[in-house]
Amino acid sequence: MKISIQVNEGPYQHQSSDTAYQFTKAAIAAGHEIFRVFFYHDGVNNATKLAVPPQDDRHIPKLWSELATENNLDMVVCIAAAQRRGMMDVDEAKRQGFEDNNLIEGFRISGLGQLIEAGVESDRLVVFGA
Amino acid sequence: MAVKKFMYVNRKAPYGTVYALESLEVVLIGAAFDQDVSLAFIGDGVYELTKGQNTEAIGQKNFSPTYAALGDYDVTKIYVEKESLEERGLTLDDLQHLIWEDEDDDWAERDSIRLVSRAELADVMAEQEIILSF
Repeated sequence: MKISIQVNEGPYQHQSSDTAYQFTKAAIAAGHEIFRVFFYHDGVNNATKLAVPPQDDRHIPKLWSELATENNLDMVVCIAAAQRRGMMDVDEAKRQGFEDNNLIEGFRISGLGQLIEAGVESDRLVVFGA
Repeated sequence: MAVKKFMYVNRKAPYGTVYALESLEVVLIGAAFDQDVSLAFIGDGVYELTKGQNTEAIGQKNFSPTYAALGDYDVTKIYVEKESLEERGLTLDDLQHLIWEDEDDDWAERDSIRLVSRAELADVMAEQEIILSF
C-alpha cells in the first residue's frame, strides 16, 4: 500500500512524533511504500539540527533524519509553518538574510500543496497529533 | 490529478492554539487542487465561525473574515454539528452567514453552512476519502 504520513506535533512535548516515526518504520518493514512524510504545525520542529537531548534519551530529529536517508524518504516541512517557527533550509536562510540554517539532513522545505498531493496520490494518509 | 473527497475537521477554538488558523491555510491552498472539499466544525471548533470576533485585547490577528471568502474558493460544503452548538449555548444566529454563488443558477446566493446532527455528520465522514483533523 502507498502511505503518506502527516506529523502535527513537535518532538518531546507530544508523543505524536515518536508514534509517527514508529509507524513509518513499521510500515516500511511490512513492505509498504511511503509516498511522503509531511510535517505541519509544530511538527516542523522535528526537522531541527540544533536539538541536543540528554544522552540517555532518544534524538528524535536524528531518528527521522536517519530513517529518511536509509530509506530514501521524501520528508517535507511546510514552508508557511516553518517560517513562523524559524525553521530554515540553506536557500530560505539565504533569501531571508540569515547566516545559518537549521534543517537536518533528510528534510526539505516546500508548500502545503505537497500535503494535498500526498492525499491524492496515496492509498492512505495517516495523521499523527493535533 | 484524481479528485478525492477531502474533509477538514475543525475541532479547536480559534485562538488558544494555532490549529484553527493553520487549518484554514491548508483549506485555502488545497482549493487550488480542485478536489471535492468539505469542512466540518465540531466541538470547540464551532467557535471558529462565530461572528463579531474581536481579538484586539489578545494582540492576535482576527482571521475570522477569511471564512467568508471560502465560497469564492469553491468551498461550499460547511458542516456544523448541531449538538456542538447546543452544548455551548450557541445557535446558527451566532455564526457568520456564509454563502457561495451558484454559477449554474445565475450566481444565486446559497448558504454554505449545513447544520447536521452528530449521527448525520458521522455518515458524511464515512463517505470521505481523506480526513484532515485540526
